[in-house]
Amino acid sequence: MAFKKPSPLPGFGLSLGYTVFYLSLIVLIPLGALFLRVVTHMGWVEFWKLATTHRALMSYRLTFGASLVAALVNSVFGTLLAWVLTRYQFPGRRLLDALVDFPFALPTAVAGLTLADLFSKNGWLGRFLVPAGIHVAYASLGIIVALTFIGIPFIVRTLQPVLENLEREVEEAAATLGAGRLRTFCSVIVPTLFPALLTGFALSFARAIGEYGSVVFIAGNKPNESEITPLLIFLRLEEYDYTGAMAIAVVMLLFSFTLLIGINLLERWASRFQN
Amino acid sequence: MSIELRQVSKQFGDVRAVEDVSFTVQEGELVALLGPSGGGKTTVLRMIAGLETPTGGDLFIRGQRVNDVSVQQRNIGFVFQGYALFKTMTVHENIAFGLKIKKWKRADIAARVQELLKLFGLDGLGSRYPHQLSGGQRQRVAIARALAPKPSVLLLDEPFGAVDAKIRQELREWLVRLHHDLNVTTIFVTHDQEEALEVSNRIVIFSRGRLEQIGTPREVYEKPSNEFVARFIGVLNVLELKVQDGQSRLGELSFPAHGVPEGNTLRIGFRPYAVQISANLGEYRYRGTLKHIFFLGVLLRLELETPSGLTLRARIIKEEFNRLGISEGDEISFQIREYRVLSREGDALTQETSVAQLVSLAEGI
Repeated sequence: MAFKKPSPLPGFGLSLGYTVFYLSLIVLIPLGALFLRVVTHMGWVEFWKLATTHRALMSYRLTFGASLVAALVNSVFGTLLAWVLTRYQFPGRRLLDALVDFPFALPTAVAGLTLADLFSKNGWLGRFLVPAGIHVAYASLGIIVALTFIGIPFIVRTLQPVLENLEREVEEAAATLGAGRLRTFCSVIVPTLFPALLTGFALSFARAIGEYGSVVFIAGNKPNESEITPLLIFLRLEEYDYTGAMAIAVVMLLFSFTLLIGINLLERWASRFQN
Repeated sequence: MSIELRQVSKQFGDVRAVEDVSFTVQEGELVALLGPSGGGKTTVLRMIAGLETPTGGDLFIRGQRVNDVSVQQRNIGFVFQGYALFKTMTVHENIAFGLKIKKWKRADIAARVQELLKLFGLDGLGSRYPHQLSGGQRQRVAIARALAPKPSVLLLDEPFGAVDAKIRQELREWLVRLHHDLNVTTIFVTHDQEEALEVSNRIVIFSRGRLEQIGTPREVYEKPSNEFVARFIGVLNVLELKVQDGQSRLGELSFPAHGVPEGNTLRIGFRPYAVQISANLGEYRYRGTLKHIFFLGVLLRLELETPSGLTLRARIIKEEFNRLGISEGDEISFQIREYRVLSREGDALTQETSVAQLVSLAEGI
């Protein structure tokens, strides 16, 4: 088996060793330990019982559902944002561009607090929405808002370089062949963006699944209703129920892992036209 | 007539890219737009395509004024310098793109694509993606894609710029054959005068946004309308002579005054092939030393130096060179068989608008 390609640069062995060691140290060992704990401290029957309580099931549904919705919303509006930021020149463009990174830099607790205040009954937005029957704060809608907020930079930042590299000539070629703006966008530009869009979607989705800080402030955290899985794990720990917390954690882990693998495969398919 | 430009201009901000250009291309012609970069030739091509809108003048395709017709409606095929293939589509999908938009029937599309793949030597490559093709193949796909919807005009921007020398030569010959077979009106942009001379029926020469000359390759080479064209098409020796005692002189070279007053200057130009060389020092009136010999295949380029230090360029064919039996550093004699007057001092004519008349040796030097 020759997986080592001849290269004029030395150090392949060393760098591969370093990569494996480092990934083991900070990713594989902690995750493996988690698994091992589940296997050694409880049987599969007990694991299944703890991982599939009604409360846990509802929290999975909320976490993955809200994350999916938020990632989808970001895919649409993030693309639009990236498009405007790369395609047009206007005063304040650089400022807007910098603002995109804000959710990266802001402590998530601050984001949660701000959103909760904004959408609460007396908040600047809440005072109009609540009378209309739209409850954002302390409801599942609030979770989606928070997850959208923290996920937007991932889409914008992965799409921007691809949009910048789009050749003007390719669009002109489509035009000379008779394609209008919409047709060119759908058949030429979107397929080119698709692999990057999938990457951005995956990052935004993964980030949302793991989000804790901003959500707990706005969610209301009612069991079975607005309680996300990371919070449930935290509550279990507070009750000194380590095995219960761990069972739920392992489910999260497996879910996230499967999703990321799936998205990766999809990405590979979508970028089949590249080297 | 197929395409007509009437006093077309294009201004980008303060820059006048194209000024007052008029010319006509007949149905079925193969025309080169030639000029140095920044000469406005690509802008002219893009205006014909509808990718740029003229800021002045009128543009006609097959008698119809198309200034306000969108690029989508013009029914032209355009081949971009960088090919601009759709990289997310296979070769087959690339070629079929224009046909799908024109709502051809599925079976017709498949047949047309097969026909083009065959014609362009791309059999069996239909399911490849552009990144899996060589440069030459990519270009052929780009041309096939442009031709698929049967456009009334094929426009190519620097079609041979991005491939290596050997493939470029093949592509040139191939384009000539293709044009002969399909007989579609074709206009291509190039900055390479040799390419323009070899490939086209007629050449339109641009410089700094203006049309300098339009004519067959032979016309622009043999009867350039001004010094710019003469220097751009082929090599030109240019001499600046001072008039003394009724003759214009530079070093040991002397020519008639051509009506230029005493003490003023006269510029003349002559092609390298106009320099006749002999190994016999007494045969021609001037003496010189052979400084360098450049071997170009069938032709050789020679650099002569006169005793007074003038450097002249000459060109002879290989057989002639062998017959002369000369080598670098040899003394030779030479004469200038024909030349043209480029400008006279005091003329209102500038260098580039002067009428260059050909003066042959028979007029008596």
